[in-house]
Amino acid sequence: MKLRILALTLLLAAAPAYANQQAPAKPPTAAAQDGFVPVDAPLSAKDTIPAPRLVAIAYGFIWVVVFGYVVSVRLRLSKVEREMETVTRRIGAGGRSA
Amino acid sequence: MKKLFVPITVLAALMFAYAPFMILNAPYESTMGLVQKIFYFHAACGMAMFAAAFVSGIGSAAFLFGRKPSADRMAVAGAELTSIIGLIVLVTGPLWARKAWGVWWQWDARLTSTLVMWMIFNAYLLLRRYGGPGSDRLAAAVALFGMANVPFVYWSVNVWRTLHPKTSVIPSLQPGMRGPFWFCVAAFLLLFTVLLALRTELEKRRQQLDELYLAVEGD
Amino acid sequence: MNRVISKSGNRAIADSADKPAELDRPITGVPDSPITRFIRDVWLVCRKDLLIEARTREILYTTIFFAVACVLVFAFGFVREGRPVQDAAAGILWISIAFSGTLALGRAFERERQGETLRALLIAPIERPALYLGKLLGILILLAAVEALVVPLVALMFQAALFDHAALMLGLLIAGTVGFAAVGTLFAAMLVRARSRDVMLPVLLYPITVPVIIAGVRGTAALLMPEADEPMARAWLSMLVFFDVVFLTLALWTFEPVMTE
Repeated sequence: MKLRILALTLLLAAAPAYANQQAPAKPPTAAAQDGFVPVDAPLSAKDTIPAPRLVAIAYGFIWVVVFGYVVSVRLRLSKVEREMETVTRRIGAGGRSA
Repeated sequence: MKKLFVPITVLAALMFAYAPFMILNAPYESTMGLVQKIFYFHAACGMAMFAAAFVSGIGSAAFLFGRKPSADRMAVAGAELTSIIGLIVLVTGPLWARKAWGVWWQWDARLTSTLVMWMIFNAYLLLRRYGGPGSDRLAAAVALFGMANVPFVYWSVNVWRTLHPKTSVIPSLQPGMRGPFWFCVAAFLLLFTVLLALRTELEKRRQQLDELYLAVEGD
Repeated sequence: MNRVISKSGNRAIADSADKPAELDRPITGVPDSPITRFIRDVWLVCRKDLLIEARTREILYTTIFFAVACVLVFAFGFVREGRPVQDAAAGILWISIAFSGTLALGRAFERERQGETLRALLIAPIERPALYLGKLLGILILLAAVEALVVPLVALMFQAALFDHAALMLGLLIAGTVGFAAVGTLFAAMLVRARSRDVMLPVLLYPITVPVIIAGVRGTAALLMPEADEPMARAWLSMLVFFDVVFLTLALWTFEPVMTE
């Protein structure tokens, strides 16, 4: 039953996707409604921010995030391991059968 | 598998450290100049983000339909990495865009759909953290919707008119740019594998801890 | 099968659960096909919800009121110099639908939680997809009633020509609401037993249904332009249908494993 539903819905999904393909790229309209419309020719682009600074920030950010994540995982791991030790000791000290 | 962990980590770290040198030697792009060099890490991270979303989605499906706890661990790790790598993509992109397009952000198809996918996986993490018991299966359903977004994000830039470069940029890269780019992709995918392994290990320990607590309270 | 009697009147399900033999052998003596049974189960679930709602009309009235309040709030936010901001009508309409829809979903399933009838539904001899679709149908009918009021209101307040291309507009509304409700029903159902469910529903629902909202807004806006862009609206409508199919498929696929303990 489920397979039939799945097959039917996949077929239905293909139909509008196919129909959409037939329409070629839409010409720009007055209120610019076609698709997610980007800004045409951004003119305020004569930046004062120098490119090397942007590149440096980008790379720096990546390194910070990656190493920060590794550190975060390591910290959480050691916290969990410490807790495991505590609990294991509690089980052992209690002398009860687990 | 565990024996490979250290060599892969070392390799990933070395590649990561070497990558900037390769990038520095790559040719400059004609219209964007130096700022285009962000592309090597930004696009590579994009690919890693898709990989993370797929890992999370496939793990979630395996967990929902196969009830394997190892699949759930992969799903969590994948979702967290999608969030982290997605953050990198969403920050490095605008840093590049500010120079190349003149604006930090643009609501075009690629940027919007990437942001939406990132939000979906953040919602996954929120649900896991605050949803209480049973949230592992609920979150798995969320991850499936998130994974369904990946093809949409990828093809959005070809279907709609956007400022963002199309996917055809990659196959048509100049030889000088091709080397550093694929090197960075390999470096990030290796790095992703390392981080995934690390994070699944953490999740495994957490589950073991939970079992220990249950054993203590069970007496 | 035990008779499950609850305050919220699940008797419809309980009675049919009590007499499975009769369900299998209707008057003609020919056993029902699975499809007929499926459709009947969907209708039973939906009818139960509608009957309960018809008795108190609580969710209906509160949702309508909230949708109107939403429109009012946005009306003050987006109207400038006495003239409606272009595209504002489309956006305001869909945001109101999204917000009030989320509330309605939350309230509908909260009712299940309070009556503890969700378990009854889950152990009833109906297929999980039928349960999902029945709930979805109930929500859709509720939202249709809300939209029947909100759409003319928005048209009135924003001088928006929402009725000029009624067929396309109706198509957009139906497709958009189905997409939103399909995801919403799945998540609202699965969050019934979760913690922080009130805030979790919007947190999960909005990122996933953003594409539906975008398509709805852009399609509606295309119709509201001075020279309505019908091909554009149709393109967005087909996108909405595509989303609907994907979301419905995913929801039907995951409803059972997610709701099973």
